Amino acid sequence: MSRSARLALGVALLIAPSELALTQPKKDVPRSYGVGHAVTPEQVAGWDIDIRPDGQGAPPGRGSVKEGEKVYMDKCAACHGEFGESAGRWPQVAQGKGTLASHDPVKTVGSYFPYLSSVFDYIRRAMPFGDSQSLSNDELYAVTAYVLNLNDIVDDKFVLSKETWGRVKMPNQAGFFDDDREMSEKAFWNPNPCMNDCRGPVKIIGRAGAIDVTPDEKTQKRGVE
Amino acid sequence: MADPSNTRGATRRRFLAGAAGLAAAGATETQAENSKNLPPNVADWTRQLGEGVGVRAYGNPSKFEKNVIRRTVPWLTATPESSVSFTPLHQLDGIITPNGLCFERHHGGIAEIDPEDYRLMLHGLVDKPLIFTLDDLKRFPSVNEIYFLECAANSGMEWRGAQLNGCQYTHGMVHCVQYTGVTLKLLLEQAGLRPGAQWIMAEGGDSAAMNRSIPLGKALDDCLVAYRMNGEMLRPEQGYPARLVVPGWEGNVWIKWLRRIKVGDQPWFTREETSKYTDLLENGKARQFTFVMDAKSVITSPSPQAPVKQKGFNIISGLAWSGRGKIKRVDVSLDGGRNWRNARIDGLVLDKACVRFYFDFEWNGEELLLQSRAMDDTGYVQPSKDALRKIRGLNSIYHNNGIQTWALKPDGEVENVEVG
Repeated sequence: MSRSARLALGVALLIAPSELALTQPKKDVPRSYGVGHAVTPEQVAGWDIDIRPDGQGAPPGRGSVKEGEKVYMDKCAACHGEFGESAGRWPQVAQGKGTLASHDPVKTVGSYFPYLSSVFDYIRRAMPFGDSQSLSNDELYAVTAYVLNLNDIVDDKFVLSKETWGRVKMPNQAGFFDDDREMSEKAFWNPNPCMNDCRGPVKIIGRAGAIDVTPDEKTQKRGVE
Repeated sequence: MADPSNTRGATRRRFLAGAAGLAAAGATETQAENSKNLPPNVADWTRQLGEGVGVRAYGNPSKFEKNVIRRTVPWLTATPESSVSFTPLHQLDGIITPNGLCFERHHGGIAEIDPEDYRLMLHGLVDKPLIFTLDDLKRFPSVNEIYFLECAANSGMEWRGAQLNGCQYTHGMVHCVQYTGVTLKLLLEQAGLRPGAQWIMAEGGDSAAMNRSIPLGKALDDCLVAYRMNGEMLRPEQGYPARLVVPGWEGNVWIKWLRRIKVGDQPWFTREETSKYTDLLENGKARQFTFVMDAKSVITSPSPQAPVKQKGFNIISGLAWSGRGKIKRVDVSLDGGRNWRNARIDGLVLDKACVRFYFDFEWNGEELLLQSRAMDDTGYVQPSKDALRKIRGLNSIYHNNGIQTWALKPDGEVENVEVG
């Protein structure tokens, strides 16, 4: 609190302490509005589906690669392909090893995902596409195990559960680092950017018209009549 | 040709009407005139009564504005439920995006939530885990703030060169509206943070149940749980009835249809923040938690979907924004970045919001290479695409804020080009 504010407060206290309580709520002590209700453990249990890398939040249950193959073929292969290679333009979930530094990186569970939880948590909340949160815990463990197996991360006999969670090592776990733009892109901070003669002759080296992939506006749905 | 001093106050309608002269071939929006409505004749709408009040209980734009719509790029995604539609930036002015034109990005379609059945759960490392109804959220003291929201993948298709012909497609994953809501800080205070609280996880109630980790510092700084946009309740496609507002940060963390916030002591490393919204560099390593959207700008007119219709006096119009603070300055180049001039910023300049800029020029039909360059109040200057690629390579997908080039051709048409 500034000196003048403290002085003002002192004066106010002398004059009308009861009014002060109305006009000057105490700083740093958050007000409780009494709005909202205590959430019950039962309510939380139904929605608390997130899982962390260390396995916190993983549900009870178990599933083998073999069991997972059946779940995958029934519910996943139509989009992701029988071997995780993708059918059409749906996400590829397997292979792609060694491609991240290439001109055509293929990001899959095996080549890119850093943690088992990143896969498991996602399948649990969002898959199968169009039938979210429909798999049993055992099916979840099984199908995740199968996707790991497609990526050669676990063997054919592997059974995934809370107990075996820590045994899964994802190949690209060390492939990430925290945002460093303020250091690595420091040069983009410049109080006096060039205004005149900033570069040599300018040449057009690429044209969107030549690629011709822009949608035709006439074929797009129009607004309300 | 019009005298610049007179044209300043001209409406867009008059501007377009006066444009009938040039390049009819390229003019996509020109309507055939009906001389019956033009002086000295008296127009139909002057002699007849129009519709009464209440006929348009919720008003729509004029039927003559039917082409002002969000558009999609169908080949981009496997399915429309997990896809994107783009804001028609070239057809808008000022800084506020109309609610029905704000770009959409869904991962499991639009959840249609009955507000009576809406609940927001707040738990984890808190003293009192709480659950709120929508009415509860509205009872708290509210705040009103204008912020831009940009998808991290905006301009993502342009990393390898000019690809899409239109700022709607190259830059249309941004919008700017006023939000009404309760601060996340106030909600967290109601539950009481426990020692060790460092991160929150926000989760949507849609069929993707999108979840993202956000550092507690940001949550306590300026995040909102918003239920209104531009005065009315959120549109379903923007997260009705409540969404997270994370000013200046990539759109993916602005969880829509917000159903749950959990407080924890470390990030969750969810699928969205690992396999998706990470920036893969040339060496195969990827940056993670690149939340802030760097300063960026784009000329919205002229642009490929908004060609120039007459020689003489013309105005360049554009948008600029920065996730790091306020836009301090915008420069415009007519020669592909060799020489720059200050643009005129008009209207509100707000923290982490869009600003509108203008630049007047005389055009004699010569080919021009139009660019804009934004600076924010941290001193960050929007880089060239080449400067970005030099550091990040071609595989990043996200956070492409490089300077855009439009080639204005002698016939008034405009093309998205890459300069070297």
